Amino acid sequence: MPACSVRHYSEVVSPSGVSIPAPLQREIKSLLGEKNVLDKQDDLLLYEFDGSVEKGRPDLVVFPHTTEQVSKIVRLAAGYEVPVVGRGAGTGLSGGALARGGGVMIVFARMNKILEIDVENQRAVVQPGVVNLDITRAVEHAGLYFAPDPSSAKSCTIGGNVAENAGGPHTLAYGVTTNHIAALELVLPDGEIVRTGSKHGDAAGYDLCGLFVGSEGTLALVTEITVKLARKPEAVKTLLAIFETIEDASQAVVEITASGITPAACEMLDGWTLRVVEDYVHAGYPRDSGAVLLLEVEGLAEAVDGQANAIRDVCKRCRAREVRVAKDDWERDLLWKGRKNAFGALGRVAPSNYVLDGVIPRSKLPQALERIKEIGKKHGFNIGNIFHAGDGNLHPIVLYDPRDTKQFERAIDAAREIIRACVEMGGALTGEHGVGMEKNELMSLLFSDADFALMRRIHDAFNPDSSLNPGKIFPMSKGCGEIRIRKKELAGVRA
Amino acid sequence: MTTTTDVPTRLAEAIGSKRIVAATEELETYAVDGMLPGAIVRPVSPEEVMEVVRFAQTEKLAILPLGARSKCDLGMPPDRYDIALDMTGLREIAHYDPGDLTLSVDAGMPLRELEIHLKQSSQFLPLAVPCFESATVGGSISSGIDSALRLQYGSARDFVIGAEFIDGTGQLCKSGGRVVKNVTGYDLHKLLIGSLGTLGVLTRVNFRTYPLPAISGGHIACFGNAQEALAYKKAVEKSGLPLANLELFNQRAAGMIRAILTRTEEAPPPELERNEWCAYGSFEGSEEVVRRIGRELEKIARGSATAHSRILEPAEDVAVGGMLRESFEWLRWGAPATLLYRLVLPEVTGKTLTELSELAGSVAMASVVIVRATGILYFTVFGENENEQAVAALQKLAMRAMAIARSENGHATLLHAPLTVKRSVARANLSQAQLGLQQRVKQAFDPAGIFAPGRVVGGI
Repeated sequence: MPACSVRHYSEVVSPSGVSIPAPLQREIKSLLGEKNVLDKQDDLLLYEFDGSVEKGRPDLVVFPHTTEQVSKIVRLAAGYEVPVVGRGAGTGLSGGALARGGGVMIVFARMNKILEIDVENQRAVVQPGVVNLDITRAVEHAGLYFAPDPSSAKSCTIGGNVAENAGGPHTLAYGVTTNHIAALELVLPDGEIVRTGSKHGDAAGYDLCGLFVGSEGTLALVTEITVKLARKPEAVKTLLAIFETIEDASQAVVEITASGITPAACEMLDGWTLRVVEDYVHAGYPRDSGAVLLLEVEGLAEAVDGQANAIRDVCKRCRAREVRVAKDDWERDLLWKGRKNAFGALGRVAPSNYVLDGVIPRSKLPQALERIKEIGKKHGFNIGNIFHAGDGNLHPIVLYDPRDTKQFERAIDAAREIIRACVEMGGALTGEHGVGMEKNELMSLLFSDADFALMRRIHDAFNPDSSLNPGKIFPMSKGCGEIRIRKKELAGVRA
Repeated sequence: MTTTTDVPTRLAEAIGSKRIVAATEELETYAVDGMLPGAIVRPVSPEEVMEVVRFAQTEKLAILPLGARSKCDLGMPPDRYDIALDMTGLREIAHYDPGDLTLSVDAGMPLRELEIHLKQSSQFLPLAVPCFESATVGGSISSGIDSALRLQYGSARDFVIGAEFIDGTGQLCKSGGRVVKNVTGYDLHKLLIGSLGTLGVLTRVNFRTYPLPAISGGHIACFGNAQEALAYKKAVEKSGLPLANLELFNQRAAGMIRAILTRTEEAPPPELERNEWCAYGSFEGSEEVVRRIGRELEKIARGSATAHSRILEPAEDVAVGGMLRESFEWLRWGAPATLLYRLVLPEVTGKTLTELSELAGSVAMASVVIVRATGILYFTVFGENENEQAVAALQKLAMRAMAIARSENGHATLLHAPLTVKRSVARANLSQAQLGLQQRVKQAFDPAGIFAPGRVVGGI
């Protein structure tokens, strides 16, 4: 751990220090109408959370319907020096859509229209509040789909996906959100509406889409998105490889990767997790196994057969007890149901869980899992693993009781140690959940002062007053140089 | 042009004379758009690059980071050019984990050398860019030029996973990492792709690598006119067949390919001799997959208006595929005065192709059109001499080609043209709002404006 001191998570829950000036509130209400503005504490409470362990309460929650309204809200708030944060469905796992500095929260739920579907050119133009899975639903009649598939695809919005550069199980073969975004319309912190990217091909000049996707709402608010649509593969095979030990399962992942097979998805559930899941979902995972791999291969029928056979051979070589192939869509859906509902299942065994998101080189998977086990033991936790093994994106799950503050702090310590171990193995802090306010203090594990200085200059080039989503990505700790989150930015931030 | 005569002396005082070259004959080989640098520096470490950048920052000198200099004519003419920073001395493989399919390599590493290295582990980098024999990793990434394999593997932004570079303040910075999935911090490395050296000096690039396919195949289909060729292309796209490349080219292009292949004693398919339009498809995978795709392409071709189609012999496939990868190279030198545009269009239609061909015809010049399946079109016009009249004609064409792209909701990038023509379009391609966004990025990376000033469209 670098010299930076760590923030105590439990302090973040104190009520907002920012108040909304009455004239600002009036102006926003007259712009949007009363029914599109929430200002009662009971209502605001609902927007204090996302899917992470963090909290941050906004002072006003607003629901615009148009880009112009978003621009006006941002302009109004800037006039009163009140911070603004964007939010989709609030399913994020790093506190990206929490109002850490209080202020106005713009919820995009009512900007949820699919504006255009261009089947011929495989593009769709959508508003940020459109739910991820609804894009696929709208285009599947034409044999198309939107490839990034976070576990929350049924509820998360595309705007949030863009902000966090979301992933999902099938991004192993097809890439994460950034690989599927062609163009964006954005509102900058001063209210200016700009467009970047190109519906087709590459845009002229710098790849600004590449910068804005994954910038976690700290540079601009996304108000319209042109997504690329993929063509549904001709054939799909889903395999469940069952192992006696997690070591064998992770060795199989190493060998599948090294042999040049790229499955569309390669997910692992360890024995403890799969038992919890099986008791709840009844997906057919064998309760007495040490780990399972859920693998999917897609493409031309010939390619799929060849790859499935190759995977089966590798798994057998790594002492798989059995490799099952889903016989039909029903079996396939059942196997995936176990994976996709895993977090719901975990809710039955502990009041709360903390899902981490470290990444490691895939060749180091066995060592990483061993290390996680040791760290768990040291801090008194049984850490479950259910994750995107194929791209080295770990999701260790620490179960805890939030009412037990001592235990919660131990969970945070364990989490930090795991992330540090990922970095030491040549990995990164986050594969798909984002940095947000969850891991900003850990950023110094990866980045130097020079890196922060440049990132800060990029931040300031678009968001000079930190009026947009303050308190995210950059470390806040004092004593680590001047390039951290600055005083002004800290003003409304509770930490 | 600024006075740069004393640059070598001042540089030598600051960083020592060992890496500095100032001999006129050498400087001439570093000319970019007719401009010569005041000195050439050949650093061998990021630390030495940092020193040069800091010196340039203090002295307000302009640096052009360069690789093998194979594509220096891409981009707009630089406003100033004091130091040629030759990065070919940084050429190590810093990290290669075949088991993870990840690679971290110095910017000066030649692509060909890297290819040989990766092949030992049966892997490759799908960066099939022109001038492949000489190009470096850093130069190819900075140029942003198309890879002929982008249909299957995407462009550099899809497989560059991180980078190290020196920013305009002389600091070594990094972005991304060495893992295939990573959302830690801003994706600054994406900005460097295609930035033509205007944002920083790339010292190292991290990639995900790919397994070499077991085998590959090629297919050719010939058509009597553009309309039929486009209909075939559409049918292939609709089939969802996973092709590595699909390109259409007109008769003049076919003739040029045939002439070059004949000269180099490779195997030009006879089809290149007699058809208005050809469609080349390439595909890879297992033997079964390659057989299947070849079969299906034949079926689609037969079902369309093809005059003739067949699966190419392996040697023919390599020859045609290689020529199309290199099209930028032979197109730009195809005549004494060449105008080479890359148009990005929502949809390439027969109307567009007719308009472009008529455009060249209106000044009695020959033109080549190559359509890459991803909505990218290379349009080249050949001026048989470089006199004032020919250049004036090309200049007019340049503006009209850009207008055609715009009228179809696309855009055009000038890849090669006589200097006068380049200058006339330098600032004409971006809206004010777009330019403003680009300038913010440039200012953040390079506050003192020392990196390749003027090279990116819009004069950044």
